[in-house]
Amino acid sequence: MNAVGGIAGTLGRRRIPLGLRFLLISIVSASLMLLDHREEHLSRIRQAFSILVYPIQVAVDLPFTGLRWAARVLSDQTALLEENARLKSERLDVNVRLQRLEALGAENNRLRAMLDSSARVSDRVLVVEILAVDLAPYRQRFTINRGLNDDVYVGQALLDASGVVGQIAHVDLFTSEAILISDPDHALPVAVNRNGLRTIVVGTGDSSRLRLPYLTNSADIEPGDLLVSSGLGGVFPSGYPVGRVLEVHRQPGQPFAQVIAEPAAQLDRDREVLLVWTAEDAADGYGSTNAVETP
Amino acid sequence: MMREGGGRRHLLLVSLVSALALAIVPLPTALAPYRPAWVPLVLIFWALMAPERVGLLTAFAMGLALDTLSGALLGQHALAMVTVVYLSIRFHLLIRVFPVWQLSTIVFLLLAIYEFALFWIDGVVGRSVPIIERWAPVVSGALVWPLVLGYLASVRQDTQTRI
Repeated sequence: MNAVGGIAGTLGRRRIPLGLRFLLISIVSASLMLLDHREEHLSRIRQAFSILVYPIQVAVDLPFTGLRWAARVLSDQTALLEENARLKSERLDVNVRLQRLEALGAENNRLRAMLDSSARVSDRVLVVEILAVDLAPYRQRFTINRGLNDDVYVGQALLDASGVVGQIAHVDLFTSEAILISDPDHALPVAVNRNGLRTIVVGTGDSSRLRLPYLTNSADIEPGDLLVSSGLGGVFPSGYPVGRVLEVHRQPGQPFAQVIAEPAAQLDRDREVLLVWTAEDAADGYGSTNAVETP
Repeated sequence: MMREGGGRRHLLLVSLVSALALAIVPLPTALAPYRPAWVPLVLIFWALMAPERVGLLTAFAMGLALDTLSGALLGQHALAMVTVVYLSIRFHLLIRVFPVWQLSTIVFLLLAIYEFALFWIDGVVGRSVPIIERWAPVVSGALVWPLVLGYLASVRQDTQTRI
């Protein structure tokens, strides 16, 4: 690609003056940006480019994957035994909780059916790996190793073991770009778990802080409150933990309280995240479906 | 980086691809904002030293590759890159005879123009960007420039004598 560009540049220089060529290419870039910004007109072109740069992403990720693999192969037996024991006890613990949860889920569905409201549809999840590839530092984004090939779609929710991580922003053929809930351009509808108060969580650009800018001074919110996704935006499945309120500053002169929360997910430490398919598909839109499912 | 017997075209390609790879190699969080803008640095080198081989189209292609890699608006880095390379080619006869530290100053200015173009487009589109993290690469880029210059120039000398 580059060599071809160089040759074309050499040939072109004899005919078109440099300044004019600069102008032409600038206009092409500007129109590309315009198209890309307005609509997703260019997703095809972007996907084509992404195939070209995919080898670079893989090459950059390779040493890190290799190191992890080596660490796994070379880890000694006692460490493995220890880890195994720890995982077993964790599993036991989780299983015990799950038993209770299943009973609760069944009861919840029965109650919902009695009330004639929609039941929670069980979600399909897939573990995906984050590529060791840095994007712009001021943007809270990352690349995952699944793309169009695995039915990933734009707006799909990403979770980790402890909460909501973010959603998919672009899908390419083999990779996708995700936007974290801590990105300043990201907003997420949540509910306070304690009282059902609905609001919106906005990212700050710092992966350990979230903002809740739309709560009035009189809103019933306290440090320690758990925020769960409300499912109102139609993107995130409802009921997953998003964060915990850290600080609430109420200033009498200001219309809104300043509320800071801490994300539940480990945004800066994850290597693996869960992709969630809710309901049937993204295509059929917003809200939960009305199908009643009993486990 | 260079293997025995590799040609000059080889070096150009390898340096450009390495710049792209360096642009996305993960860094510790504390260092990440100071990552030099490798791709424009390498392109500036080629535009100054061999303007007959690196044209605006190369810059455009590299910019698009960087846009795709970083998930930026398609054309954003391309426009910034083309602007910087245009200036470098336009004034290469004037600039490249400067001593290294003066060259660093020029590179500082070029990188500032590059970042400003990105910053400006982000502003028009409405993406928010913290100020310090935006301008740190300009400083680190100008500091790294003598290394890029020295390294690429020495490797290039090698291949040229070999050909």
